Amino acid sequence: MLIDLLIAAIKALIVIGMVLPLAGILGWVERKGSALIQDRIGANRASIFGFAGAGLVNTLMADPLKFLTKEDVIPAGVDRLLHTLAPCIGLFPAIVAFAAVPFGDVLEVGGRVINLQAIGLNVGILYVLAMMSLGVYGVVLAGWASNNRFSLLGGIRGSAQMISYELGMGLAIVATVMTYGTLDLQAMVRAQGHLIGGWIPAWGIVYQPVAFLLFLIAGIAESKRVPFDLPEGESELVAGFFTEYSGIKYLMFFMTDFVDVAVVAALVTTLYFGGWQIPYLMRDGVHFPWGTVVALPQIVVVLLQLAAFMIKVLFFCWLQVLIRWSLPRYRYDQVMRLGWRGLLPVALLNVMATAVLVLALQG
Amino acid sequence: MTEQYLPVLVTFAFSAAVVGLMVSLGRLLGPRHDSTEKGEAFECGNPASGSAWGRFSVKFYLTAILFIVFDVEVVFMYPWAVLFRRLGWFGFGEMTVFVAMLGVALLYVWRKGALEWD
Repeated sequence: MLIDLLIAAIKALIVIGMVLPLAGILGWVERKGSALIQDRIGANRASIFGFAGAGLVNTLMADPLKFLTKEDVIPAGVDRLLHTLAPCIGLFPAIVAFAAVPFGDVLEVGGRVINLQAIGLNVGILYVLAMMSLGVYGVVLAGWASNNRFSLLGGIRGSAQMISYELGMGLAIVATVMTYGTLDLQAMVRAQGHLIGGWIPAWGIVYQPVAFLLFLIAGIAESKRVPFDLPEGESELVAGFFTEYSGIKYLMFFMTDFVDVAVVAALVTTLYFGGWQIPYLMRDGVHFPWGTVVALPQIVVVLLQLAAFMIKVLFFCWLQVLIRWSLPRYRYDQVMRLGWRGLLPVALLNVMATAVLVLALQG
Repeated sequence: MTEQYLPVLVTFAFSAAVVGLMVSLGRLLGPRHDSTEKGEAFECGNPASGSAWGRFSVKFYLTAILFIVFDVEVVFMYPWAVLFRRLGWFGFGEMTVFVAMLGVALLYVWRKGALEWD
């Protein structure tokens, strides 16, 4: 019992220790990426006591330190409790949603089989959806508590947009759940280890290309990023729902943003791109389709899986940064039209088409 | 059955600690200089135009109500999605009736103009 608690604590710490620096790195990648795309020099390296050699590491340390030592201005007219609570309610669900994503298969230590997943629930995907939808409270409470017209507009825009895209996202996941027949994220990833015809890895994208696109679009809209950044809308609403925030609370909204990006990337990886799977890599080594078997020790396999998961997640994070700097912002009626008249009917049809196909093939 | 929820509690505790630490460290380390001007709501430098806690467009309420209606129906689809291979064509027929009603409801709110934003 105690050892279970200890293992759970270590896994939770690993995941939180993975996602928070990832959010920091993404903040840097976003600035560096914008400079790259806009063909300019950008995101200068931070110099700590005259030492700027460590580049990204310096920036990772300097960013939180700078925000921590800035004044946390709380305007006179705000609801003080909700004003402080809102960034917490925003960041907390994003972190705990990430914890349900499996980052490896199993690790056997001293006869004990450890599932490499911080939260291994048999209803994993429902838990992730539940946590992701809690994020809307952070936005709407920040907008309301600030007692500022810009914030309020940003907050209600954000909540309406996030709940609208949750429908498309939920239905895209329904179709995905149908192909796997389970709600357990680890079981979904294991199912993607099979091969179609002995050659093609059975990743979700092969079975559910439409659901993948729907999920990606809805995911970007849920994380309120360009082209769906109307809750923030800096050219019309100053900074939207976090206009009245400064210091560390402002940083927390930014981190929520990047953790959301990481969650969407991790879920896309897990549901449609094989999670920690590497094609042909089994638990005991590489089994090539032409029959060659290269045996590998367990620890190497686990490390390879972890690396594969991280690379896939980073790729989809980069894809979202690329989209963010490539597209203009939607108008609000266009956002709502895409959500209700585009994603929702297409996702419903996708569910029914999946059902017909699977049942017809099953006979 | 319940022990698989133990890691959830542990993760919640750690995440809450991280979030709480961030807020309280910011309060401890940051300077504080309150003034009347700083306490005003930020409206691009103009004098603040009063409290924002008033009425706003009814469209947002409508969107929220429609969301509740459709989201509850999406939730109904999850148990079926897990078991639909076993339920076979009979389950599919039942779900087709359900989705058809959902489709009619969507068409109704669409034609009524509830999804229009001007």
